[in-house]
Amino acid sequence: MTQTLKMSVAAFALMASGAWAAQDSIIIGMQLEPPNLDPTGGAAAAIDEVTYANLFEGLTRFASDGAVVPGLAQSWSVSEDGLTWTFDLRPGVIFHDGTAMDSADVVFSLNRARAEDSTNAQKALFAGIADVSAPDASTVVITLDAPNGNFAFNMAWGDAVIVAPESVATNATQPVGTGPFRFVEWAKGDSVTLERFDAYWGAAPALTRATFKFISDPNAAFAAMMAGDVNAFPVFPAPETLANFDADPRFSVIVGSTEGETILAMNNANLTDVRVRKAISHAIDRQAIIDGAMFGYGTPIGTHFAPHNPDYVDLTGGSAHDPDMARALLAEAGATDLRLSMALPPPSYARRGGEIIASQLRAVGIATDITNMEWAQWLEQVFRGKDFDLTIVSHTEPADINIYARPDYYFQYDNAGFQALIETLGITADPDTRTTLLQDAQKMIAADYVNGYLFQLAKTGVADSRIEGLWQNAPTQANDLTGVSWRAGP
Amino acid sequence: MRVSLVIGAMLSAVFVSLAAVSLLWLPYDITVLDIAGRLHPPSASHWLGTDHFGRDMVAMLMAGARTSIAVALVAVGIGIVFGVPLGLVAAAYRGTWLDEAIMRGNDLVFAFPSLVIAILITAVFGASAVNAILAIGIFNIPVFARVARGGALPLWTLDYILAARVAGKGRARISAEHILPNIANLLIVQGTIQFSLGILAEAALSYVGLGAQPPMASWGRMLADAQTMIYTEPQLAILPGMAIVLMVLGLNLMGDGLRDALDPRLRKAGM
Repeated sequence: MTQTLKMSVAAFALMASGAWAAQDSIIIGMQLEPPNLDPTGGAAAAIDEVTYANLFEGLTRFASDGAVVPGLAQSWSVSEDGLTWTFDLRPGVIFHDGTAMDSADVVFSLNRARAEDSTNAQKALFAGIADVSAPDASTVVITLDAPNGNFAFNMAWGDAVIVAPESVATNATQPVGTGPFRFVEWAKGDSVTLERFDAYWGAAPALTRATFKFISDPNAAFAAMMAGDVNAFPVFPAPETLANFDADPRFSVIVGSTEGETILAMNNANLTDVRVRKAISHAIDRQAIIDGAMFGYGTPIGTHFAPHNPDYVDLTGGSAHDPDMARALLAEAGATDLRLSMALPPPSYARRGGEIIASQLRAVGIATDITNMEWAQWLEQVFRGKDFDLTIVSHTEPADINIYARPDYYFQYDNAGFQALIETLGITADPDTRTTLLQDAQKMIAADYVNGYLFQLAKTGVADSRIEGLWQNAPTQANDLTGVSWRAGP
Repeated sequence: MRVSLVIGAMLSAVFVSLAAVSLLWLPYDITVLDIAGRLHPPSASHWLGTDHFGRDMVAMLMAGARTSIAVALVAVGIGIVFGVPLGLVAAAYRGTWLDEAIMRGNDLVFAFPSLVIAILITAVFGASAVNAILAIGIFNIPVFARVARGGALPLWTLDYILAARVAGKGRARISAEHILPNIANLLIVQGTIQFSLGILAEAALSYVGLGAQPPMASWGRMLADAQTMIYTEPQLAILPGMAIVLMVLGLNLMGDGLRDALDPRLRKAGM
């Protein structure tokens, strides 16, 4: 009896100390492990989810609402002709290895990113740069080939962060940046640990230590959250279990928006008849997909644009669920006995959504052959090989409507009018004209029924209810920990 | 009367008749999804409730039984059609190079873990029920070849076979007319056991997404689909899981019971 009592007291003491120690450290759960930790050398979202705003910073950065705010540049100005951008760097910024960050590092980073042999995943961000120069240690002047109203936005991407020439070679495994946290350890297959960088230029974050733990199995993620092994799971992989967390006062469910337009991509080279594509769009019941695949989390979209963007036009009415119209269109196009292949990558929005869409297409007389694929096979066969009729995927890059101007992109939409429109957009700086152009672009791809536009992926996260300051929305793939803190427990 | 045989036969009969009924009639069409009616608890209209796509669980389980039994049955058929003649030939020509070649070939197939190779086959040739049948069926061939050879060998030394040979019957005819009927009991017992293994293999392949593809129902895929909902909707995983357990248990009990009933030596000892 006394033995048991002693043991439970000891156990309680352990638990209590654990809870106390948790007040200034956090364990963040992520489904995928990053392949490396260099955001300038890889496309994986998981890299930015660990490093963005924590380890690395760029000239500008995204705030939690998607606005572009000053980063390492405290201010910037644009010349009259829109060609010359002058960035005024923040003084006293030092890298985690103790070296100072100055204009030479910026020149190096940008030139490296736009170089011929650059491995940057988003080289298009730097494509318009003609020259980068450093008149003095705290000023950087960037000259563009053509005016680009979006340049400050481009510089906020995780792919445009500033690195140091001394440490760039080892950033993949030993990242050295200017952020408020510095890299401590990467236990491959398990976790990445960061700790507070005391010489950070800005306000010190409340957390002293942060661990990103990689848990790929949704059930294990659920168990880890419930057991308190993980304090927050900002992108929780199983929307079906969110109701459990919602009902539990220990947790709060954070539902926000992402930049992920989830689409039923159609191979426009195979489905050349716009009436067939229109029929497929009308055969789809978006709300059924959102409810059935995402358990209600998601916003219907009618074009390839995020609904929270101020330039968004609601075009869902143009492809409303109308099986009769779909059947009529198919008959008109002479496309009876249509049999299409549907490739489904692993996420549940694709696997479950695919089954629902197959059932909806069957209702209007289109048969589908479903093939479930792993990401590697999907990238090889669908994305690069373009060997598919239909597929479901979420395009999570921000403001990516310009992919429709690339005729060799996997869904192979080739419209000279649209390409000209995007070209005009690229050299337009006037906000009102840009809005008009962006809205025209949205309407054009919706009228051409390029793809079936399903829904905007919701960001569904779970966190200990005492944690404050996590991003609700995902303007970019990031887990910005600078403003995260624990509320004093009851 | 043997209790295990009765229980096993009854359990198997329940699932086989459910599958047979599903060929003609299902309470609901499982290819029509009703998202608004998803995750309903059991009620008068849906006896076991509905799944995450609003499909009736009774209909899903019945259609799943049909898939499992069809896959396992054809796979066992492949094993018998190819394996038994191989085993009979090996026994008829025992000790010769032909016997050696057949049996070493069998050993080669046995050397591979069957489920892993089945996964390989379906991964290479594409995931479908047909490829799952082939993958499972191929591994039934050496099983039946061994059982047939093992059963046939002692028969070849018996007097009536000798008499048949003296009468001028060829080895093939003797195998077909005298050996095969006498090893039928062994094959039936083995067939029952392989049948239950086939159901497990189909469930396993479908669980990893390499078996029957949607909209075809499969117990293994029902389990996989329900996996992430095990905390919220446990019945979605428990029902197909129970179906697999009961079906396999029934077949194994029936196999055991049949062996006892059909083996003359055990019959004497047992009674």
